[in-house]
Amino acid sequence: MVSARRASFLKGMLIGSISWALVTTFSRIHIRLGSPTRDHRHHHLRPPSGREFNISQGTRAELSKSIRVFCIILREPEYESSWTMLRETWPKHCDQAEVYGAQSDRSFGIKRNGQWEHLRETYNDAFEKYGHNFTWFFLALPTTFAVIENLKYFLLTKDASQPFYLGHTIMSGDLEYVAVEGGIVLSVEALRRFHRLLNKHEMCANRSVIWNFSFDKQLAVCLKYAGVFAENAEDYEGRDVFNTKPIADLIQEAMSSNSQPIVKGCCSDIAITFNGLTPQKMEVMMYGVYRLRAFGHHFSDTLVFLPPNGSEND
Amino acid sequence: MASKSWLNLLTFLCGSAIGFFLCSQLFSILLGEQGDTQPKILHNDPHARHSDDSGQNHLAGQMNFNADASQHKDENTDIAENLYQKVRILCWVMTGPQNLEKKAKHVKATWAQRCNKVLFMSSEENKDFPTVGLKTKEGRDQLYWKTIKAFQYVHDHYLEDADWFMKADDDTYVILDNLRWLLSKYSPEQPIYFGRRFKPYVKQGYMSGGAGYVLSKEALKRFIDAFKTEKCTHSSSIEDLALGKCMEVMNVEAGDSRDTTGKETFHPFVPEHHLIKSYLPRTFWYWNYNYYPSVEGPGCCSDLAISFHYVDSTTMYELEYLVYHLRAYGYLYRYQPALPENILKEVSQVNKNEDSKVKLGNP
Repeated sequence: MVSARRASFLKGMLIGSISWALVTTFSRIHIRLGSPTRDHRHHHLRPPSGREFNISQGTRAELSKSIRVFCIILREPEYESSWTMLRETWPKHCDQAEVYGAQSDRSFGIKRNGQWEHLRETYNDAFEKYGHNFTWFFLALPTTFAVIENLKYFLLTKDASQPFYLGHTIMSGDLEYVAVEGGIVLSVEALRRFHRLLNKHEMCANRSVIWNFSFDKQLAVCLKYAGVFAENAEDYEGRDVFNTKPIADLIQEAMSSNSQPIVKGCCSDIAITFNGLTPQKMEVMMYGVYRLRAFGHHFSDTLVFLPPNGSEND
Repeated sequence: MASKSWLNLLTFLCGSAIGFFLCSQLFSILLGEQGDTQPKILHNDPHARHSDDSGQNHLAGQMNFNADASQHKDENTDIAENLYQKVRILCWVMTGPQNLEKKAKHVKATWAQRCNKVLFMSSEENKDFPTVGLKTKEGRDQLYWKTIKAFQYVHDHYLEDADWFMKADDDTYVILDNLRWLLSKYSPEQPIYFGRRFKPYVKQGYMSGGAGYVLSKEALKRFIDAFKTEKCTHSSSIEDLALGKCMEVMNVEAGDSRDTTGKETFHPFVPEHHLIKSYLPRTFWYWNYNYYPSVEGPGCCSDLAISFHYVDSTTMYELEYLVYHLRAYGYLYRYQPALPENILKEVSQVNKNEDSKVKLGNP
C-alpha cells in the first residue's frame, strides 16, 4: 500500500516538474510574440557621434534646416503675465512656437484630469494643424528654458518617422514616463499614433484619472498602447540632457551627494533643458547660452544655426 | 477500493504540486533574478523633489568641470592658447583666513586656474592653501593697506613673470580669455590700467574694486614707486578710490575697457542685476557712478565680459559652466570681434596646413 502511494507521489512530482517546464516555456514564447513590435530597443538615447559627418558647408545648412521643431508651451494660469517675457527668449529659436492655454474657466484651480484633458486637446490640435509641416514636437512648461539648437543636434540622426518619445524619464513602478518638467519630445510618428488613439479608441479619449496619475504619466500609459515607449536622453558621459531643475540646484546636489571633495561637472555641455526658472532667469540663460563665452575657443560643428531676426538678447 | 484510489490520486496531486514548486524554486535560485530582460533604469529623482536647504550658501566640496575633456574634443583652443603665451597675467585674489574655505576655494577651483600665475593674499600666511601672508589685520578699513602690500609683494617677487597684474576679490568671477583679448591691443610698457570705470572724485575716473582691475607692468612700477617717493598716501578707507587717485597722480591712464560695440566688460554685479531692466532701482548709487552711459538689458554686458562681482559659491560654478561648457551647438554668434593683427598673423601661420574651414576670429 505504502509503496503504491509512494509511487504515485513520485509520479506526481515528475508530472509536476514536466508541467512546470512546459508552462514556463510556453509563457516565454507567448510574451515574445505578444508584445508589440519594438521599432527600436534602447531606453537610453545618445547624440550623434560626430564621426558620421564629413560634409560641405552647403550641406550643413541644408541639414540644419531639415530638422523642424514645433514648440508647445503649456500656459498655466499662475504664469499668465510671464508669457510676454518668455516669448522674447528661447521660443524664438523654434521653427514655430505656440502657447496652448486651457480653453475654459474650469482650468483655473486646475485638477489632474483637467490637465490631462488639456494635454490631449493640445496634442490633438498640434497634430492636426502642424503635423504635416514639422518633424518634431517639443512640449514645455513656462518655467522651462530650452536650447533648441542642442535639441536639433541631439535629434540629427534620429528618424522622425519612427515613434520617439524622449526627455528626462522617471520610473514609477513599471511605468517609465517622461517628466513634463524636463520637456517632452515626440517625433511626428509618435504624435500621429497618439492622435489616432485619441480619436479611435476609448483608452485615452475618455479616461480621466488612472490611479491618481499626473498628466505626464497618463501620457506614457496612453502612448504605450500605441507601442511608443519613453526613452531617457543622455550625452556621451551618460548625463541627462533634459533637466528638471535649474543649474544652481544641480550644482548643489552634485556637490552634496558626492562624498569626494572634488566632483566632476554636474551638467552636459549640450544640455537641452533646465526647469524652475523665473522670467528673469530666462534672460540670464539667453545671455549665458547665446552670448557669453570665452574668446579664442572655436568649435567646428556639423550644423549651423543663425541668430533670429530682430532681437538683442541672443 | 474507491478510497484507496482516491488516496492515491491525492498523493499524486500533492506530488505534482510539490514537484512544480520545487522546480520553479530551484531554477530561480540557480539562474538568479531572471525575470525582466530589459534593463531597468532607476532614476534617483522622484517627481518633485525640493532642492537643498536654500539658507545654506556654504558649498562643502568643489566641482571640476574641466575633468570632462571628452566633451571638448571638437574644441579648437589655438587662439586662446596663443594669447595665454602672449598676454601673461598674474592674478592676485584678495581674501582672508575666514574666507578660504567659504569663498577662495571656489575661485581656486574655477577661474584662477587660467591665470598665468595666481596668488591668494591674506592677512596671514597659510602654507596649505596656499596664501601669502601680508602681515596686516583684516577688515574693510585695511583693504587699501592690503592692496598696497599685495602689489608690493607681487612687484618684489613676480615682476618679470607677467605682463599684466590683476586684482580681484574672492567673490569676483573673471574670464581670463576675454581679459587677454582686451589687453592684447595694448603694450605692458604703457602706463595704463583697466576695470569698470567710475566717474566721481577722480577726474579721469577710477576703477571699481569689486569688479576687479588690471595694471600694466609700467603701471605697477609707477604705483610702487609712488610710495617710495611718497607721492601717494598709504591710508584710506576706500581702496579703489585711493588707488584711482594714485594712478592719476602717477600719470597712469584709466583705460576704456568696453568692447568694440561699447558694451561694458567689467561688472560690479552678477549678470542678472545688469540684464534685467529695473532690477537696480533708479535711486541706486550705481547710476551716478558709471563713467560711461549705463545700460540696462541686453546692452549692459559684452558677449566677451571679463568680470562679475558679488558672485556666491554656487554662481561661481554656474558661470564656469555657462562660459566654458554649456553652448548652443552650431550657433553663429552675432558679435564676431576681430583679433589684433599680430596675433592673427601668427595663428594663421600655424594653421596654414590645417583645414581652412576653421575661421579664425570667429570664437
